[in-house]
Amino acid sequence: MSTKIVDRKPLSFFENSYLPTLMSGLKVTWKHFKKSALQGRPLTMEYPEQKWVVPQGYRGAPYLVKDQEGSTKCVSCQLCEFVCPPKAIRITPPGPNGAPADRRNAEKAPAEFEINMLRCIFCGLCQEVCPEEAIFLQKDYSLTGESREEMVYGKAKLLQMGGTHGGIQKWKHKLEEAEAQEVFPVRTN
Amino acid sequence: MNLFDYLEPTTQFVIFSAIKILIVFGVTMTFVAYAVLAERKISAWIQDRVGPNRTAPPITKFIPILGPMLVRLGIFQPMADGLKFLLKEDFTPAYVRKVYFWLAPAIAVIPAFLTFAVIPFGSTLGNPDNKMVIADLNVGVLYTFGIVSLGVYGIVLAGYAANSKYPFLGGIRSSAQMISYEIAMGMSVVAVFMVVGDLNLGAVVQYQAKHGWMVLHQPLAFAIFLIAAFAETNRLPFDLPESESELVGGYHTEYSSMKFALFFLGEYAAMISASAMMVTLFFGGWTLPFLSEPASSLLVGLLHIAIFIAKLVVLLVVFIWVRWMLPRFRYDQLMDLGWRRFIPLALGNILATALVLAFISP
Amino acid sequence: MSATVTAENKPAPPPVERIKVKVDGREIEVPKTTPDWQGKPQATTMLQACAHAGVDVPHYCYHHKLPVAGNCRMCLVEFGTPVMDPATKKPALNEDGSPKIARSVLPYEPGTPRGAIACATPISPGMELYPGSPATAQMREAVLESLLINHPLDCTICDQAGECKLQEYSVEHGQAASRFVETKVHKPKAVDLGPRIVLDDERCILCTRCIRFTKDIVNDDALGIINRGSYNTIAAAPGRQFDNNYTLNTVDLCPVGALTSKDFRFKMRVWFLKETKSVCPGCATGCNIIIGSRENVIQRLEPRENDAVNGPWMCDSGRLDYKWVGASNRLKEVLVGGKPSTWQTALSEIGSRLVTAAPGSVAIVGSARLSTEELFLLKQLARKFDAITDVVEHLGEADRLLVHAEKAPNYSGARITGLAYTEAGINLPRIRAGIETGSIKSLVVVGEDLVAAGFSSDLLGRLSLLVVSDIVPTPTTSIAHYVLPGCAYAEKRGTFINAKGRVQKFMKAVEPPGTARPEWEFLHELVHQVTGGNGYSTIEGLFNLLARELAPLAGLEWSRLGDTGVTVTL
Repeated sequence: MSTKIVDRKPLSFFENSYLPTLMSGLKVTWKHFKKSALQGRPLTMEYPEQKWVVPQGYRGAPYLVKDQEGSTKCVSCQLCEFVCPPKAIRITPPGPNGAPADRRNAEKAPAEFEINMLRCIFCGLCQEVCPEEAIFLQKDYSLTGESREEMVYGKAKLLQMGGTHGGIQKWKHKLEEAEAQEVFPVRTN
Repeated sequence: MNLFDYLEPTTQFVIFSAIKILIVFGVTMTFVAYAVLAERKISAWIQDRVGPNRTAPPITKFIPILGPMLVRLGIFQPMADGLKFLLKEDFTPAYVRKVYFWLAPAIAVIPAFLTFAVIPFGSTLGNPDNKMVIADLNVGVLYTFGIVSLGVYGIVLAGYAANSKYPFLGGIRSSAQMISYEIAMGMSVVAVFMVVGDLNLGAVVQYQAKHGWMVLHQPLAFAIFLIAAFAETNRLPFDLPESESELVGGYHTEYSSMKFALFFLGEYAAMISASAMMVTLFFGGWTLPFLSEPASSLLVGLLHIAIFIAKLVVLLVVFIWVRWMLPRFRYDQLMDLGWRRFIPLALGNILATALVLAFISP
Repeated sequence: MSATVTAENKPAPPPVERIKVKVDGREIEVPKTTPDWQGKPQATTMLQACAHAGVDVPHYCYHHKLPVAGNCRMCLVEFGTPVMDPATKKPALNEDGSPKIARSVLPYEPGTPRGAIACATPISPGMELYPGSPATAQMREAVLESLLINHPLDCTICDQAGECKLQEYSVEHGQAASRFVETKVHKPKAVDLGPRIVLDDERCILCTRCIRFTKDIVNDDALGIINRGSYNTIAAAPGRQFDNNYTLNTVDLCPVGALTSKDFRFKMRVWFLKETKSVCPGCATGCNIIIGSRENVIQRLEPRENDAVNGPWMCDSGRLDYKWVGASNRLKEVLVGGKPSTWQTALSEIGSRLVTAAPGSVAIVGSARLSTEELFLLKQLARKFDAITDVVEHLGEADRLLVHAEKAPNYSGARITGLAYTEAGINLPRIRAGIETGSIKSLVVVGEDLVAAGFSSDLLGRLSLLVVSDIVPTPTTSIAHYVLPGCAYAEKRGTFINAKGRVQKFMKAVEPPGTARPEWEFLHELVHQVTGGNGYSTIEGLFNLLARELAPLAGLEWSRLGDTGVTVTL
């Protein structure tokens, strides 16, 4: 970390008159004025009419996804709830008497899964921590609502917005392995 | 001719002056509103943006092509802004000095408008006695400087009344800056009046009609006056009293709603009056080289006013444009420029003018 | 009652011979014998010697309160023993004069170190243990790999995740990736082992802790291992269920997620639980517990080890008896004449009515569920009005392990404070008779339902003042003139004194519902109001005050109670 001291060149009389600065200022401003006012090519995008093309890897709103067979991938392990820095995620586990999961052998699925989109900071830690590849930051960046309650997205809405995301279906393979062994009666909820 | 002619001359004068005042005030207010729009639009264009293009009163739907065009130009934006200023909560913080806090915006806005009283914005209209100047003072320019220097009180008072540090700093900077540049400005004008030999602004216009625009006779005086005008109106690159990045909003930090709007109005009105002064002093006022005789008909009278306004608009655009050309000065640079360059330059200019008048072309 | 206070009433054990061993090159002195799971002195093991040296040896099947099985092999540690010179029968020495150590090696492969299970191998003088050696690390890694061969790796849905030894040791000692490419052996999942226990056989590592616990501690030989080899499976004996009052301890014992509690199944991940030290209020044993709560909801209770009371165990009935704390029918507001009111109004009215009561016309019935501080305050109130006092007796079945016949935690506290006599409930008939004859006109009841205790509603209706504090609505609260909502044990702080005289404090885990307040708070205000004296508005001050006033607790202070309490002579 060495500091390099650059000599400041003394200004010439002409430069000291501010005239070159004025001229270069005029040049730059005129160039931009010409482009946006006369040629009608401003840089800005007029938002509701024109929309931005979201790039690959953009971190938008997190939604839950389903697997290829339409089952909930989330198993309610609550790691995302734990890791979520603004505490936007709230999962209600199924509990001892909860409804069984909507796919065989996984045993557990969330009774309710809520993301408070007003708290969410789109950091992507939930996606990173998820061991089931069940939550992904998708491309929605403009979430609006008329009340705070409306901005708390429930499980049904998150699954509907999230769509389908394939994957290795590990629970299905475990089940197929177990059924193939035929040693023990396979419990399938 | 009509009922008007039966009245006493004094009454006629009063009525005629009142009408002129109302019209000038109305036109100036409109100018202020649209100067704000122009500022926003030109700023936007220079920054590759679009600027205000959404405000649309319901009637624009019924105007076929022109309506949407006006909306895109933001023509209705000043109305919305004005309405917003009127409707916003007028908040007075608990810790301010209340009397001065309320007084300051008024003191800031009034001098800016009073300057227009002596500016000849046209030749005559109809009757040759109807001079298009509200008060045809023979010491017009002295009046102007007297009034302009009052403007600083509003700002100093605002800075003091707010009773918090940023407005206070803004107020102090502003007063120092305005007092400094007023000297240079006044001295630059002295040379002009030495050439003309009359303090009446109408006479200055008449002189220019005969001898060509003053900007050609006194380019140095014009340059000093122009730059001093930027400093006097607190415009960039000399907007140190309200420099956002260091003083939040300077003396307007604690103001909101209509009181804030008054400062805003005052600033733009000052800008317009400075432009009007420059048009009158250096650009031949309402005259053009081939249109310099006082109006013989109503139409020509109106044309003269239009010429004046056109010149004014060009200078306003210069004001707005310069904002994006130069970065803000440092305070010591500002003071250095005022005291160590412009005042000696203006003095030198007076001396040179005096010598030329005395020995070369008396 | 004597005023002596000791931490333990047992005589100090006789001094034990100490021997020197080296752990990772550091010489330490350890006792030659150590109490085993039954408290009998046994030769100190390598694992215990490492513990003395501050080195943790990973283990699954070993538990300090269970017989040693030595089947998981996780605690393998490389070691060496001093070499004896066969000729002189003396320790052989190196050239520099240090004793010569022979590292243990495989007999048929002398280049390979051979470990010993630290949980079952006794130490000998001069022995050197190498728990930090590369060979030990390799043994641990290999054992873990073997244990994980058929493990389903379903941590995401496993209730044990977060407190699972398999997870912890895999991180500390295991490999990052599995080398196992073959198909895993699948075993039954979600097996109903008993009314409170679910078994996932795939996760089981066959440490047999649960089998040893139920056989040796509970004397209920209900569990065993069936099938062979990779198909080894824990199962209940044919035709039987795993059903005794201590089954849930196997969930705590199980180092992995094989045995899980039906009550806690899929309820909450353990890392969210706030752990609060408390005392079980189920009976006069006063088992030490940890309340696991999240956001004001109690999720589970677990035993907290205290050798003077419950060891590491607790009974199932106590463990599952927490749901009433967060029940929806709790009393949430002060009622004056059946209408909602404020604490200030109610307490000032009660105070002024009690002050004007004729001497001897006031009776106070407390509860052995109240803390010692609350019983003490009730006694102060009684002393002021010369009131007749008692607590209601709740009796049930006792067992040989932990369950006590007195079904409330603080009968000893009631006796020590003098609110009850040697036998609880002995004054209740006198109070009843007093109401019948009209000599008792005012009755203060805290924490009990007198209608259930044999006072008819009609009888209680004759009283001119009936003040009842409880936490749920009862027939008694429905006819009370003043109802004061109180707190459950998990919502306040205080002390209980168990049947053996152990003074133990319990801490606050959750907030009380509505405007309910801890009994000691409002009783303190009431006492202050009627006696005019001042007291302590903190639980610490109140306890220290009562410890000064009550002879059996003399010398005690709140700060001296610690987490596990102090035994006093009753």
